[in-house]
Amino acid sequence: MSTENLTRLKSADDLEAMKNEALPKIAIRKDPSAPLHGGVTHHIMICCDTGCASSGARKIVDAFEADLKEKGLDKTVDVVVIGCHGFCEMGPLIVVYPDDVYYVHLKPEDIPEIVEETVRGGRPVERFLYHDRETLKPIVHYKEIEFYARQKRILLTNCGHINPESVTEYIANDGYKALAKALSQKDNTDALLEEVKKSGLRGRGGGGFPTGRKWELCRNAPGDKKYIICNADEGDPGAFMDRSLMEGDPHRLLEGMIIGGLIIGADEGYIYCRAEYPYAIRRLRIAIAQAEALGLLGNDILGSGWSFHLHIKEGAGAFVCGEETALIHSIEGKRGMPTARPPFPAISGLWEKPTNNNNVETWANIPGIIRNGGDWYASFGTQGSKGTKVFALTGKVRNTGLAEVPMGITMREVIFNIAGGIQNDKKFKAVQIGGPSGGCLPESMIDRPVDYESLIDAGAMMGSGGLVVVDEDTCMVDLARFFLSFTRDESCGKCTPCREGSTRMLNILTAICQGKGKPGDIELLEELARNIKLSSLCGLGQTCPNPILSTIRYFRHEYEAHIYEKKCPAGQCVDLMTYWIDTEKCIGCGACKKICPVSAIDGNKKEPHVIDVMKCIKCGSCIEACKKAHAISRK
Amino acid sequence: MGSTSPTGQNVDLARLDAVFDKYKDMAKGSLIPVLQAAQDTYGYLPIKALDAIAKQLAIPISQIYGVVTFYAQFRLSPRGKHIIRSCQGTACHVRNSARILESLKTALGIAPGGTTEDLQFTLETVACIGCCSLAPVMMIDTDAHGRLRPDRVPKILDSYSN
Repeated sequence: MSTENLTRLKSADDLEAMKNEALPKIAIRKDPSAPLHGGVTHHIMICCDTGCASSGARKIVDAFEADLKEKGLDKTVDVVVIGCHGFCEMGPLIVVYPDDVYYVHLKPEDIPEIVEETVRGGRPVERFLYHDRETLKPIVHYKEIEFYARQKRILLTNCGHINPESVTEYIANDGYKALAKALSQKDNTDALLEEVKKSGLRGRGGGGFPTGRKWELCRNAPGDKKYIICNADEGDPGAFMDRSLMEGDPHRLLEGMIIGGLIIGADEGYIYCRAEYPYAIRRLRIAIAQAEALGLLGNDILGSGWSFHLHIKEGAGAFVCGEETALIHSIEGKRGMPTARPPFPAISGLWEKPTNNNNVETWANIPGIIRNGGDWYASFGTQGSKGTKVFALTGKVRNTGLAEVPMGITMREVIFNIAGGIQNDKKFKAVQIGGPSGGCLPESMIDRPVDYESLIDAGAMMGSGGLVVVDEDTCMVDLARFFLSFTRDESCGKCTPCREGSTRMLNILTAICQGKGKPGDIELLEELARNIKLSSLCGLGQTCPNPILSTIRYFRHEYEAHIYEKKCPAGQCVDLMTYWIDTEKCIGCGACKKICPVSAIDGNKKEPHVIDVMKCIKCGSCIEACKKAHAISRK
Repeated sequence: MGSTSPTGQNVDLARLDAVFDKYKDMAKGSLIPVLQAAQDTYGYLPIKALDAIAKQLAIPISQIYGVVTFYAQFRLSPRGKHIIRSCQGTACHVRNSARILESLKTALGIAPGGTTEDLQFTLETVACIGCCSLAPVMMIDTDAHGRLRPDRVPKILDSYSN
């Protein structure tokens, strides 16, 4: 709601008053019997996160608005656009309050029925409800769905539950309360830092460095001018929690950064966000303008006399800019290439000033920690890894989406309970954790508790929390090749081990996938990987061999099958397979002949067809076309 | 690749004034935002515009060229009216994004990095657009299209051509 009338808040009391004034507006979402505010009887929350938007959520918004207007309900029913609700697989999805009814997979033509039945009649429409996969029973309240029930949402509490373009709704949900609390102790920031340390929060961008200690380094660094940076350059393919947080609850990030600035002693901050996230950037801009209008950001914050300014920098597309020294150079307007440390950014970072950099999820955890105390946060998680972690569930799982779980949960629970197991009843093969810098874990490793140390021990890493699950149809050598082609392209080229090493490893992997692998290739890959890990300048090069090492460690037999038997066990490497038609099964319907893009299939009607293997490009279209006889296979 | 040559174009340098004006108060680090705004203005970064930016910001053209060629976002040749970014991220890869890219190439008759002759579409690949839960995905301008199937691609493209 950019139409909100915002008057500057001059004190913590003003903020409290604004909260109390805002509470009745959202009361029916929390308590069905709450008195109506402004005659509004219903809130229809529609997820329009980038994911749901691409499933057509914007059309659902339009359909509701049109239908409510037609029925004369547009003054009494509020349509609220929300950020990521988490269960992307089910999009477009909505929640209708006060009845708390959760509808999934909606189409615009379904809307009049929902308005009639649920809004006017107060009855859920069964066919739009989520149905449990096993009991097949409809579930009305989303909290009862296993996907949500097993999560622990302390960071994503607002995500998908408030209008992210309304600062009023954020404040109604205790927003900026932590900032007010921090400002009340602004002469004793030691105590605030102590809370952050006590929380045990560790960097959520991948490295896992203790946040409080990191802040302390920058805070103690000599210099009057200091900067803080939010790394929102979420470049790991398969991770989208930072985008969802920025789109769904942007003020939480702002509040975390403002508090961080106070504790560290910085008066200026940058959010470095990738240009591939246009909606996140838009939401952040709106949020910054609102916070400035309210006096929560800018000069003399909440009348405290303390000032802090925040800027957005759009990234220009370079994965290496996730590395903090590279990111700093990019903000300075230079090529985003890393530099050797020391000096560490905490001593000499942006424009040679002490600089502290954390990622979106780390910053966004700060308001909760300051509001509820470090002990509260540390009550979640394991000995060495406190709090919760947001995972992006993708790949071949049934329930794709975003899940926040306490550290220490097993990967099996995340994959098989929350994510619902593997699609199409296929078999689980591996989970890739931590993007191109992480590793693949096989089934034998997924019963360990998820924390920073156990993942590194298993040959993967937390990374930013992207989980890409693969099934028996995925070739692990090809997956390693895929990651290497990514890191090879993204290597900035500054240091030789990464630049040349990634190219060499990619060449070997490509040859293996093409059936040109030689005995000794696996050992050579292992040797290269070890050397590149040890000698690369920055995190990109140091971690790029991880996918190779972990796939060799757990799936060596697949490498061997490619090299010695010239076979791809998963049937994915195009050069190692042929397509053929079982003449006994073929009914001669001609469907495959029609769809083949290179006319490689021939045969008369009602007679068995044959594939010309010289012409065949192995695209797989014919297998999908052969629905009647299932006569085509690859081997 | 597109048939239009990046050189020999008539570049209206006056259009850069608004860009310079917008960032005139930014004391340092304005090069990348200026390049992004210039690219929004022209659709790409004409060499003549880079010359003008070099003069305005007092940064050597060699350094600017270094920045432009470092980042995936910047283009030195004209692009189509609509930018198609076919996602090749991990989640898309394991859900067969290669076939989506193939059908885009076939439908448009261009390779990644290319622009159709009518300057309607430019085809690019991207490492991840963060819609992994709906893989395979592509982005046309700022719209994400998810759960793609190769046979649905032409219809989506049709909705963008006029």
